[in-house]
Amino acid sequence: MPRTEFLTGNQAMAEAAIAAGLKVFVGYPITPASDLFEYLSDKLPRHGGIVFQAEDEIAAINAIIGAVYSGAKAMTATSGPGFSLMAESIGFAAMVEAPIVIINNMRSGPSTGIATGTGQGDIMQTRWSSHGHYGVVAFAPWSVQEAYDMVIKAFDTAWRIRVPVVVLGDAVIAHTREPVEIHEPGEVKVYERKKPREPPGRFKPFKPDEDDLVPPMAFYGEGYAVLAESLSHDERGYYSTRQEVYESLVKRLVEKIERSRDRIISSKTYYTSDSNILLVAFGTLARSALALVRILRKSGVKIGMWRPQSIWPLDERGLVEAAEDAEKIVVMEMNLGQLYLEVSRILGEKGKKVELVPVVSPQLPSPEELLSYIYRAGVKIG
Amino acid sequence: MSRQKLVVREHPLDKLLRTERLPHIWCPGCGLGTLLGSFLRAVNDLVARSIVDEKQLVVVTGIGCTGRLSAYVKLDGAHTPHGRAIPYAIGVKLGNPRLVPVVISGDGDLASIGGNHLIHAARRNMDLLVIMANNLNYALTGGQLGPTTPPGTYTTTTPRGNPERPFDVARMIASIGGNYVARWSIHYPVQLEESIKKALPRRGFRFIEVVSTCPEIFGRHVGYRTPPELYDRLKKVVKIKKPRALDEIIYDWEKEITLGVFRDQDEPGYMESICHIYGYEWCRELPEVKWARRVAK
Repeated sequence: MPRTEFLTGNQAMAEAAIAAGLKVFVGYPITPASDLFEYLSDKLPRHGGIVFQAEDEIAAINAIIGAVYSGAKAMTATSGPGFSLMAESIGFAAMVEAPIVIINNMRSGPSTGIATGTGQGDIMQTRWSSHGHYGVVAFAPWSVQEAYDMVIKAFDTAWRIRVPVVVLGDAVIAHTREPVEIHEPGEVKVYERKKPREPPGRFKPFKPDEDDLVPPMAFYGEGYAVLAESLSHDERGYYSTRQEVYESLVKRLVEKIERSRDRIISSKTYYTSDSNILLVAFGTLARSALALVRILRKSGVKIGMWRPQSIWPLDERGLVEAAEDAEKIVVMEMNLGQLYLEVSRILGEKGKKVELVPVVSPQLPSPEELLSYIYRAGVKIG
Repeated sequence: MSRQKLVVREHPLDKLLRTERLPHIWCPGCGLGTLLGSFLRAVNDLVARSIVDEKQLVVVTGIGCTGRLSAYVKLDGAHTPHGRAIPYAIGVKLGNPRLVPVVISGDGDLASIGGNHLIHAARRNMDLLVIMANNLNYALTGGQLGPTTPPGTYTTTTPRGNPERPFDVARMIASIGGNYVARWSIHYPVQLEESIKKALPRRGFRFIEVVSTCPEIFGRHVGYRTPPELYDRLKKVVKIKKPRALDEIIYDWEKEITLGVFRDQDEPGYMESICHIYGYEWCRELPEVKWARRVAK
């Protein structure tokens, strides 16, 4: 039975992972993700899972890739500096199609930045952190409940299409305490792998199904002699430098996410039916932004908001529809313009101009403070 | 004229190899074939004696010449990013404690870029067998300085001689912990095979260094024109001993590279340690513990 608890975002995300069937968590202490690690250290073993403290974040991500190949649902949680260390093996996970989940609670960067400050500076890093071209999925929650729901969706998505999935929390969501409806393990449905349909010897571990481009997954120990090959590989998992093999592999790693796009993407619109100004904001900043929208609407400004829940891929159609009647489109984010680049590209194709309000601050601004950022950016609203 | 009939028999180790991937990439005179042979014979023997189930083995390699080994072995495995074979293998074990990961990789991969993972795995007495091929240089990338390269020798990144001191990796690991630490060279394939047979069905951290020959990328450039010359040069300095203390273990390319077993004990590994605390349902099914019992019988 679902029950309501009063939890921080980190606790809720830990509970969600347990409900989704988490069996291996590998972490390394970092603010603001350590308390998620601590919470699981106590709770996960009671559900038969293992919590392991790695020597660094590089070890953490490689360990969870090994763990999923053994058949365990596995996750790590970190923040910017640790996420940067994981970069190479995010590409490894994409290459060997390892269904891993990474929680990245964004903090103020670059470098060590402000460890206790919040941020939204990892949007492009999440998409492009590793070298080469590949696909990832990322969600950005704005509330504790949404953080809970998105972690479950992250496991479902990771296992459905065999991709690394990132949940982009932040320092605010990590430590905000809110009522959240949570479930016991077994009460939520998470996609289980597609099992091999051929016997050992005939089974090709990287041969995709035609409909979703996702290969069925054999686990270690099942007799398939599976090789998780980091090099460019053919359907057997054998290294190949042949152009056709390389092209079909790299294209498929991206295309399989496109094939499942409708299942992944989501966004929310607020007050857009009668608005000529559209704010675009995501994550916890969107909470301040929506409060500002409500204040401005009281004084007669026709303003609405669009909030993406999936960041990679973005709900492009949802954005275009939300912006259809808008004469002015303003992206607000806690960086110097990252999601802005995507929004500009998508709406630019429709002939629309997009403005940016950068919020560079270690604290989540109040609605009133947001107004001053808007003013300083030279953007005119109302 | 009657034609001679060619009778193709299966080699006893073929069932452990992805034979369609042969020939391998290793140069003539390279010691890695010897290492792979010893490993496969050890596995084959343990399987034949019903001590080990090969379906439970996972061979994890990193990057480099040795890293390519997982591609030839017909067992579950992974070819991981540079330096990350050990954390990957730990994840394999955590994900399914009924599996037995074996890391086989080079000295650059394990002792340089992956050095931190190596020392921490030893510290934890992690249930893991690590076999490190030491070819004294970075070979696949063209003969650069490695963490094990002898002082003074020429490499492509030390064109006037190596100013650094090398790691004595086996001695370093023996000083940290683990249940089994040994060093052999490819001159002693039988001893190496016996060592692997001891180390594989055993709990905790096990480390075997294998001093190997790289005639093409290393030896040729330090004055040993042919593979046999390098083989003989190395054979002169490797000495099998039973050191009574750590400082009797020597890694000196001019005088002596000590071979032998440097640590041999049987303490609970990491997996049993967490069992003591949390009592997992798999605790009685750790294959290393079962296999060790079969050996004892």
